[in-house]
Amino acid sequence: MSTLVIAEHDNGSLKGATLNAVTAAQAMGADIDILVAGAGCDGAAQAAAAVAGVNKVLVADNAVYEHQLAENVSLLVAELGAGYDNIIAPATANAKNTMPRVAALLDVAQISEITSVESADTFKRPIYAGNVIATVKSADAKKVITVRTTAFDAAAAEGGSAAVEAVDAVHDAGISSFVGEEVAVSDRPELTSAAVVISGGRGMQNGENFKLLEGIADKLGAAIGASRAAVDAGFVPNDMQVGQTGKIVAPDLYIAVGISGAIQHLAGMKDSKVIVAINKDEDAPIFQVADYGLVADLFDALPEFEGKL
Amino acid sequence: MKVLVAVKRVVDYNVKVRAKADGSDVDLNNVKMAINPFCEIAVEEAVRLKEAGTATEVVAVSIGDKACQEQIRTALALGADRGIQVETEGAVEPLVVAKLLKGVIEKEEPQLVILGKQSIDGDNNQTGQMLGALTGMPQGTFASEVVIDGDKVNVTREVDGGLQTVALTLPAIVTTDLRLNEPRYASLPNIMKAKKKPLDVFTPGDLGVEVTSHLTQVSVEPPAERQAGIKVEDVDQLIDKLKNEAKVIS
Ligand SMILES: Cc1cc2nc3c(=O)[nH]c(=O)nc-3n(C[C@H](O)[C@H](O)[C@H](O)COP(=O)(O)OP(=O)(O)OC[C@H]3O[C@@H](n4cnc5c(N)ncnc54)[C@H](O)[C@@H]3O)c2cc1C
Ligand SMILES: Nc1ncnc2c1ncn2[C@@H]1O[C@H](COP(=O)(O)O)[C@@H](O)[C@H]1O
Repeated sequence: MSTLVIAEHDNGSLKGATLNAVTAAQAMGADIDILVAGAGCDGAAQAAAAVAGVNKVLVADNAVYEHQLAENVSLLVAELGAGYDNIIAPATANAKNTMPRVAALLDVAQISEITSVESADTFKRPIYAGNVIATVKSADAKKVITVRTTAFDAAAAEGGSAAVEAVDAVHDAGISSFVGEEVAVSDRPELTSAAVVISGGRGMQNGENFKLLEGIADKLGAAIGASRAAVDAGFVPNDMQVGQTGKIVAPDLYIAVGISGAIQHLAGMKDSKVIVAINKDEDAPIFQVADYGLVADLFDALPEFEGKL
Repeated sequence: MKVLVAVKRVVDYNVKVRAKADGSDVDLNNVKMAINPFCEIAVEEAVRLKEAGTATEVVAVSIGDKACQEQIRTALALGADRGIQVETEGAVEPLVVAKLLKGVIEKEEPQLVILGKQSIDGDNNQTGQMLGALTGMPQGTFASEVVIDGDKVNVTREVDGGLQTVALTLPAIVTTDLRLNEPRYASLPNIMKAKKKPLDVFTPGDLGVEVTSHLTQVSVEPPAERQAGIKVEDVDQLIDKLKNEAKVIS
């Protein structure tokens, strides 16, 4: 059996999420190749070749793949994927955009955000905002899968020495183009892989008050997240939303501040190892999942917490 | 320009769905059903395009058994002009939904097709992208802004690092994210008017599509329960617990 893992990368470097997808691929017991599709993506390709347990790295280096436009990349993946039993990618925004397009081109189902591999054709995945875990069996000869990265350990980034092979195929669907982007730059760890996450909700009242979280995040080396309400209100950018329809996190420590604990928020963080909740309402549902709950006004508790750390 | 909107009937987002004790399926007895929230955003966007004079007609499509006509009526009450139900027995997989929607597109020839990014029951996040592949149309998924510009549409997308804007040649597919708009509420007069708006029913056969299934649900189970925690007295006790009991900070 053979598996093609689609790398998540920024051309220069490989993103950690790829390593979690490699582990899921290993659980399927297949030989693993990695595809790096991008432009000027040699850095990412070299990093992929160093991942332990990888046979071969395919590199499609062309301007048409620079911005990961789904119309172009899906044609490439569908062509290359024809030779594999499984096509697997981490459930990042890029893969969520591209992989269902690949599946439809190959006339197979996609199995989204698996959290475990039960056998070569059977997987577990959360449905209904994680309130139910479904076991699903695929009848397709070829499986197109996205992987919930928090459910699989990262494969070792070093130790492998895969061959790197250039792919010449150039697919330009010619129906979409990149116009621009607004990318948040931050010195903090990435939200989805940080060991500590501190998130603010509507209780923060405004964006300025997120500074109260920053001081604590600095001391703990934490990433900062948010609830949908905080993002909708414009306190912080959309890429900070944690939840069913935002980012899924499972850090060692998750601190929820001024967040009530709606099921859609819990869906994104309830697999964290230790959960702390700071909320002035002692009946807030977030306390039902918190290991340590502090009933307090966040404007008192946060400065004190930062000072005493 | 004609806009097609896909709306799905799902369990209301406030319901905490549970697995049946025998693990055979989820327990949906007597739960409140509603239009998928992302589809509501899709309808709102289409109706705003019509109000702005950009769209000439908004057609709402749902795939499912007869009950999904209720969600089509909701879309009509929100301002869609007419409805189409594709009658299937129970739920169908995203790939089949996409094939059926492709069939509807061939009949209706819309310039823009708006779907939700995700159904909140199956959490698939697939249908719009699959429809893109099947029709050869470009896709602007997870949209937070949609601007029609001549024979193109510019879509700003919510991605992992922030926002990305792409230009797509029409006809195109858009899937909605939460920040695209804030849907209106249907007024009582509009709910009444919606009852008289046209609603056509097709079978998959009418659209030349065979309903197949690629996946079977073997079983369902509840997620791992968290151990109930404790309330700490104050910040000092919190720090002590995190250091000495949970050992997650030093
Ligand atoms: C389709 C759909 C998708 C969604 N996806 C997501 C998602 O991905 N992520 C997500 O988070 N939500 C999501 N939601 C929204 C979710 O249902 C809730 O509305 C949201 O999580 C609430 O955010 P909140 O807890 O910050 O706000 P609220 O529920 O308003 O809670 C604010 C909390 O702050 C506390 N508070 C206020 N002031 C203080 C103070 N001074 N000190 C201490 N505590 C204080 C209050 O007691 C309250 O508990 C989604 C909803 C829908 C319909
Ligand atoms: N049965 C259906 N009827 C109409 N639209 C649907 C149906 N299933 C999915 N969709 C559309 O596809 C979107 C994404 O669904 P999914 O891929 O299942 O997460 C939904 O928000 C709808 O717009």
